[in-house]
Amino acid sequence: MPDGHSHPKYKWIGTRPDRPDGADKVTGRARFGADFNLPGQLVGKVLRSPHPHAIIASIDTSKAEALAGVKAVVTAKDFPEQANLIVPTGEMQVNLRDITRNVMAREKALYEGHPVAAVAATTEAVARAALALIEVRYEVLPHVIDVTDAMKPDAPVLHDHMITEGVTPAPTKASNVAKRIEFKKGDAAAGFAEAEVVIEKDYTTQAVHQGYIEPHAALASASEDGQVQVWSTTQGHFQVRGFCAKLLNLETSQIRVTPTEIGGGFGGKTVVYLEPLAIKLSQKSGRPVKMTMTREEVFRASGPAPGGNVKVRIGAKKDGRIVAAECTVEMQAGAFPGSPVGPACMCAYACYDIDNIHIVGFDVVSNRPKVAAYRAPGAPISAWAVESTLDMLALQLGMDPIDLRLKNAAKKGTKTAYGVTFNTIGLVETLEAIKNSEHYRTPPKPGHARGIAAGFWFNVGADSSAASHVGEDGSVTVISGNPDIGGSRASLALMAAEELGVDYEKVRPVIADTASIGFNFVTGGSRVTFATGLAVVNSVRDMIRELKVRAGKIWNVDPEGVIWENGMAKPAGSNVGDFEPLSLAQIAAQAGKTGGPINGHAQLNVTGAGPGFGVHCCDLSVDADTGIVTIDRYTAAQDVGTAIHPSYVEGQLQGGAVQGIGWALNEEYIYNAKGRLDNPGFLDYRMPVASDLPKIETILVEVLNPTHPYGVRGVGEVPIVPPTAAVGNAISRAIGIRMTDLPMSPPRLSEAIDEATPRMAAD
Amino acid sequence: MSEIQYRTAKNIKEAVTLMAAAKGKGYILAGGTDLLVQMKAGTREPGTIIDVKKIPEMVRITEKGGAFTIGAATPAAVIGEHPTLRKAWPGVVEAINLIGSTQVQGRASAGGNLCNASPAADSVPALVAAGCVVRVQGPEGKRDIPVEEFNVGPGKTSLKPGEIVVSLTLPKRPKNASDAYLRLIPRTEMDIAVVGVGVSLAMKGDKVVDARVGLGAVAPTVLLVDKAAKALVGSTLDDAALDAAAQACSDACKPIDDKRGTVKYRTKIAGVLLKRAAMIARDRINGIEHRGHR
Repeated sequence: MPDGHSHPKYKWIGTRPDRPDGADKVTGRARFGADFNLPGQLVGKVLRSPHPHAIIASIDTSKAEALAGVKAVVTAKDFPEQANLIVPTGEMQVNLRDITRNVMAREKALYEGHPVAAVAATTEAVARAALALIEVRYEVLPHVIDVTDAMKPDAPVLHDHMITEGVTPAPTKASNVAKRIEFKKGDAAAGFAEAEVVIEKDYTTQAVHQGYIEPHAALASASEDGQVQVWSTTQGHFQVRGFCAKLLNLETSQIRVTPTEIGGGFGGKTVVYLEPLAIKLSQKSGRPVKMTMTREEVFRASGPAPGGNVKVRIGAKKDGRIVAAECTVEMQAGAFPGSPVGPACMCAYACYDIDNIHIVGFDVVSNRPKVAAYRAPGAPISAWAVESTLDMLALQLGMDPIDLRLKNAAKKGTKTAYGVTFNTIGLVETLEAIKNSEHYRTPPKPGHARGIAAGFWFNVGADSSAASHVGEDGSVTVISGNPDIGGSRASLALMAAEELGVDYEKVRPVIADTASIGFNFVTGGSRVTFATGLAVVNSVRDMIRELKVRAGKIWNVDPEGVIWENGMAKPAGSNVGDFEPLSLAQIAAQAGKTGGPINGHAQLNVTGAGPGFGVHCCDLSVDADTGIVTIDRYTAAQDVGTAIHPSYVEGQLQGGAVQGIGWALNEEYIYNAKGRLDNPGFLDYRMPVASDLPKIETILVEVLNPTHPYGVRGVGEVPIVPPTAAVGNAISRAIGIRMTDLPMSPPRLSEAIDEATPRMAAD
Repeated sequence: MSEIQYRTAKNIKEAVTLMAAAKGKGYILAGGTDLLVQMKAGTREPGTIIDVKKIPEMVRITEKGGAFTIGAATPAAVIGEHPTLRKAWPGVVEAINLIGSTQVQGRASAGGNLCNASPAADSVPALVAAGCVVRVQGPEGKRDIPVEEFNVGPGKTSLKPGEIVVSLTLPKRPKNASDAYLRLIPRTEMDIAVVGVGVSLAMKGDKVVDARVGLGAVAPTVLLVDKAAKALVGSTLDDAALDAAAQACSDACKPIDDKRGTVKYRTKIAGVLLKRAAMIARDRINGIEHRGHR
């Protein structure tokens, strides 16, 4: 359905108009985080620890403060201590005591790049010179980078008081394991006893960065009366406000945060790094302070997504029915607890209806930057292991990999290992969509192999507020509070236009600052088109209610006698009277005479997010001499609910697939022996470039979400879940060797091939 | 905060004078695709930047008696569009055209790529295979340096104080000669060679009569691998000769384990690329076109 209408019953939903923010973005007029400036602003810069693990014995800032042009210096002393209190940030949980330590190290520096001080100065050169004048006395401690090492009994311990949660009896000794979690369904041991085939395998993945093109940036201006304004590139300006209020001991109403256009986030911009520092520097200096990270700082001190170890054991009958499944996940949290090990465990077997499941997860700290959310946090890590093992099972049983998954697919009524029973879901339809696709029905080219993998993500709802205003000419402004990272403004405007019965071009969607609209939870969990979309629909319905009241006043009838149809107020029936329909513009023109402005509002805690399932199909070849993989063809299918703006839904599938392919093939955080990141830039942190990939084909499977008026499901995260295994399964079939460690980079593949084949001429 | 002087030289003599006057703090600006990035990263702090793009003989390509002289600051994109140079030295041109991205190609120069002295510079293994001679000029006059002797270590050239690179000369080709450059990068572009191999061949019938091999990213400088060339000369590029030449390349490697590749991998790939580059050079001699290799 390239340009046509996917939904005959709708006028606007399912069409592909230009996005409201498109023109400004292609002309360069759009303003991103680093594009905001104020008169008299200072440049803020961060001094970062060169050591991955060190006690901060002392910091002397006197020489920096004495340098001409330096207007303020801050260290941890400028930020109050925080309570041990967990707060949600999108799909991740954070502890305020840890956040204040992450934005500015207190007792210890816990990773290379950890901030230890910040300065505000008149120019960047002065700010850099000031950083060099800050004297920090470190007592360097042994460090630990790898999860397996960090879990060893003799590992250097990052937090002296951290006792593993979730273990009975509680350990008496501190360790790097923050938490043990467990999910059980049925009786795994009994299931394995019944199994005719059992496959067990260990897998590893490396830390990867979200790789957003726009580095973090914030501008803060603190006034003498205590008011603070912040402009920030963020996925959640209400969270920026909330965190900064806590970290700086301010009232939320005193801080007004305006989100800028955002150059990618993928979950990585749901936390704060620069904003509290910029505010404190502004408070101390009395001047606006702008801070931007370099790419190197982004890599060393923001994000990343964790790496982990996963052990999988699956037992099945010879007909392919899975009777037991186990999984153990050990996951990097970075320097502070809070890895997405929970969702990794919950998603591990969510695609399958299995009676006996046992999953254990460990949240492990080490001397790495604190992990942040990244598209379906945790899920790609467990899916890599589970979907690879299923491929081994399919090969061993001689089954088609899609048929094996169809035989075990979760359906409406399937109870997951984490306790939720699915409502209407579309995994079966998505598997069948791939099975029936032209891609799957065409065999791979000679010398190529094919990989299949599935993936799951919950999607979330949560808090959203929206408002709709009609102008005196009948044009409409729709106001919401979620930064648009995936085309959500276009989708919100389409739903508002459909609901109101007016043209899409008449609807202007606006993202308001924290003082101009009610609370909105972060742009995360694939929630905006679903949950904020529902708030927008409800605000429009609220406005329609008012429009009917006004039409009733004009006609002198009860509002119950008015219906709203195709953008017009009409009499509900002939008994109401014979009136010409009133358009939105006609009612708006008389608003002053019928009761004043016509607005609609909605505030919701949205539940009923529809989970999503993806199935990816990848054809590739491997150069056996060099280990280089060339992807020949790639198709991503997903149950997307109603595709409100199909182009942006396809874009989400394509983008997620590309990031997942990068994760599979080349992306990884590489640490040297000193615990320092060796590849903090896009040259050596190898995300795919356009010429690496074919066009990613998409199949939108519209299994509607019954809880949403337009059947919307979140779509942004599922597509990063299947790719690592889809690519890995294709590679393993191509070379006849099961690959278990990510990334499957040329040196790794070359080594695996060489080890498996007797050495030839060269020896 | 020190001030940076920017000067435009109208001729080579003026550039040399400015360079000498800068007392070791002078930097030549050709395309600036390395220098400006290094300045931004804080790894180079020039006192004087001497722009040589306005010097005519440094931005042109001349052909004399079959030999080509490429001005050191000639943009890679200009080199890539030179019809006779492309025909005579397709390997050198494809190597120069691999520096940076399409946008960078409009500025980047072979002279700059050489002076940046990266062991992984894309143009250098092909220039080494080609037997390129580097013309330099300094306060004490002109001299010529074989390109394989120009760099002495990562980031280090054999230029004396005040000397600048003026041009690169590729010798006259015999009949039935061609060359090829291959590099291995994990991606398809926007990357740095894990290994780069340049091979230049001259053949008589199906026999190799002359060969040179340049090997990059496997040692502190780009290597001229005589042993590999010797293994090829006299052969028909049969498996035994290719295996021997590949082994010679692998033996010549003194690589490091780093984020871009392991010792083991680089050593193996040096041999793999040698074979593939030799086959491409032969194909070119036989009139078979090759494009788009990595």
